[in-house]
Amino acid sequence: MPLLDVDELTVTFGGRGRRADRGRDRDRKPTEAAGPTEAAGPAEDTSVRAAGPAGPAEDTSVRAAGPAGPAGGNAVRAVNGVSFSVDEGQVVGLVGESGCGKSVTSLALMGLLPRKGATLGGRADFEGADLLAMGPRRIRDLRGSKLAMIFQDPLSSLNPVVPIGVQVTEILKRHRGMKGEAARKEAAQLLDRVGIPDPDRRLREYPHQLSGGMRQRALIAMAVACAPRLLIADEPTTALDVTIQAQILELLKELVDQEGTALLMITHDLGVVAGLCDQVNVLYAGKVVESSGRRELFAHPTHPYTHGLLGSIPRLDAPRGEPLNPIRGSINDQIAWADGCAFAPRCDRYEMGCLTGTPELTEPREAGHQARCVNPVLATTEVPA
Amino acid sequence: MSLLELDGVKVHFPVKKGILFDRTVGHVYAVDGISLSVEAGQTYGLVGESGCGKTTLGRAVLRLVDVTDGRVVLDGTDVAQLPEKEMRSFRRRLQMVFQDPLGSLNPRQNIESILSEGMAAHGIGGNREERREKIKEILAKVGLPGNALSRYPHEFSGGQRQRIGIARALVLEPDLIICDEPVSALDVSIQAQVVNLLEELQKSMGLTYLVIAHDLAVVRHISDVIGVMYLGSLVEEAPSDALYEEPRHPYTRALMSAVPVPDPEVEDRRERILLLGDLPSPANPPAGCRFHTRCPWKQDTRCATERPELRDLGGGHRVACHFAAEIASGEITRTSGEVVPAAHEGSGGSGGSEASGAPRASGASGGGAAKGSSSGERASEAPAGT
Ligand SMILES: Nc1ncnc2c1ncn2[C@@H]1O[C@H](COP(=O)(O)OP(=O)(O)OP(=O)(O)O)[C@@H](O)[C@H]1O
Ligand code: SF4
Ligand code: SF4
Ligand SMILES: [Mg+2]
Repeated sequence: MPLLDVDELTVTFGGRGRRADRGRDRDRKPTEAAGPTEAAGPAEDTSVRAAGPAGPAEDTSVRAAGPAGPAGGNAVRAVNGVSFSVDEGQVVGLVGESGCGKSVTSLALMGLLPRKGATLGGRADFEGADLLAMGPRRIRDLRGSKLAMIFQDPLSSLNPVVPIGVQVTEILKRHRGMKGEAARKEAAQLLDRVGIPDPDRRLREYPHQLSGGMRQRALIAMAVACAPRLLIADEPTTALDVTIQAQILELLKELVDQEGTALLMITHDLGVVAGLCDQVNVLYAGKVVESSGRRELFAHPTHPYTHGLLGSIPRLDAPRGEPLNPIRGSINDQIAWADGCAFAPRCDRYEMGCLTGTPELTEPREAGHQARCVNPVLATTEVPA
Repeated sequence: MSLLELDGVKVHFPVKKGILFDRTVGHVYAVDGISLSVEAGQTYGLVGESGCGKTTLGRAVLRLVDVTDGRVVLDGTDVAQLPEKEMRSFRRRLQMVFQDPLGSLNPRQNIESILSEGMAAHGIGGNREERREKIKEILAKVGLPGNALSRYPHEFSGGQRQRIGIARALVLEPDLIICDEPVSALDVSIQAQVVNLLEELQKSMGLTYLVIAHDLAVVRHISDVIGVMYLGSLVEEAPSDALYEEPRHPYTRALMSAVPVPDPEVEDRRERILLLGDLPSPANPPAGCRFHTRCPWKQDTRCATERPELRDLGGGHRVACHFAAEIASGEITRTSGEVVPAAHEGSGGSGGSEASGAPRASGASGGGAAKGSSSGERASEAPAGT
């Protein structure tokens, strides 16, 4: 049994009179999209869109519905039936561009979404218990013990007016029942463990006195203080310089290798994923569109979106002089999953069949490599570099 | 003669203290003696990590900050010496494209007004009608429809706003466009659109760019020549391909080795030189070679005491390291800095977990057993990337 098993997770923001009823409303029926209503979000005029000379600018006959799928009323379906699992000690990636629902997914798993205004659906079993159904106290206990999370911006998750040392020892006291000098010693050891030089001095300092990289290390120290089974990292290196990113990624790898912590890595950076994740899930508009082991995924990107992403990235090791192959349009050019493939307005493999309901996840290439597409990229051609 | 020449440019910001009297207690050496030249019709890419001074250098060229010392010469004119009045009309020739397209566009102005403002100020494009025609022409060039004229910035997506920012620079027919992190706020797929657009415009209009960015892969893709900055100075400069094929400065090597490549085959072999510690503060830069506090090749002589000059090693490859030649020949080997051989074995199995096929591989194959090979091999052979 996987450590974490997320099954058809949906998160809906706003909407008519719905409220978060985590834990009580077990039989929520899968709220179906209610027709072609306007989604909330920056209203964009389709006529201005998708006109770049960079991408072949053509008038797609598909109507756009704005960011995130419509979910009835003015509700926004930020996560729209996401399923994936994380095994013990495994590193699993959730990749996608802004607004695809990666952060909302992780916040939902951690029980950190506002209780009002966010409606959850589906299941997320962690060691057999559904995280979505847990009461606030139970999930708070789990957070910081078996489940831990680090964020893109460590400053916002550290208390600015409390010394680092107090924040770390606090966790050791609360979750491991340690006291006084023992807790302080352990805290210093933790900082040392994550590569913070002069830990005794650092413990007395306030978050703003630490560099971005040091803050992220401190946060990792706090996250691993209780030897969590699963660490969720949401863009943990995005705000950092590339040489510091390399240090942090190495640290995360070490944790996984040495402590056996499972890692759910949320990122927009396919380079980070390529070197780190065992299993990769690509998200688009609130749904997993492709899922596979990393070697297979990068060798044979099968969903046109994944394929397009890889073609968009300038590679440091690629020959120069070739133009990039961008995906045309933007995330705003989207149709509701209920009507068809949300990627259709941007897809150059689009065909009529793409607009008859949500494409199913299938395994068009090989077992274990799933893609949600009716016309997948199957040729074993190399990825456009 | 090059279109833009920087000669020993320094920008030092005073650090003030005191409530009643502003007492200068020190300086931030944001840019500390940079010389480089940008050829007409080419792209010069300036890379470096946060705080290295790349944005300040760009602002110095535009004279948005005062140059403490040195010369900024555009097409024969020393920008730093121009009287304010002449500078106002000279500004047209130097335009900037910013990182945050929304923050740099006035939300209350429609696109026509945003684009014609500068034209009117500089007396470009004749009357209102002619200006409108010219704007439409430029909008088409950057891939926006003519009806964008009457719209407002918030009605566009991030990538489109960046196109507006580019159009705003283009309507003034500048000699040089400085792009400060032009794509870093954009999603990958949109980044590629904007990068391609910048390249197409350069080809069709003969533009000259100074591109400032932290993303080495993006910079390498669009630049003819790349300068690498560290703590206010240029540590290496070379034609784009040469820099990638043969990085000669220890910092460049570390920087390039740290960039992840979206290809597991490469990632598993890529050696990473992990630098120790953080960037020192530009208010208190180390003496001697500014990189010596983190340099894996640091020597006991000269490095901590003598600041290395940029030296030409031939072929337009300039390097500021006392020991560049010895490091390249292998005479000097690394003394610190961890090299990660990057033997990531995923879930313990020899072929990696995905070899087993199933995406939900059995829990038993968890990687807990694989002891970290990453923690310390201080290999002494030369690093990757050479
Ligand atoms: N509290 C909220 N109320 C309403 N909509 C929200 C809320 N939080 C997020 N959303 C919407 O949910 C969608 C997914 O957001 P999310 O932050 O998960 O994206 P992401 O993939 O993590 O993006 P990024 O990479 O920019 O952080 C977006 O359309 C966003 O606008
Ligand atoms: S289902 Fe159709 S539109 Fe969607 S990605 Fe596949 S080919 Fe493209
Ligand atoms: S001069 Fe010395 S410290 Fe500086 S880069 Fe060269 S070897 Fe390293
Ligand atoms: Mg996010």
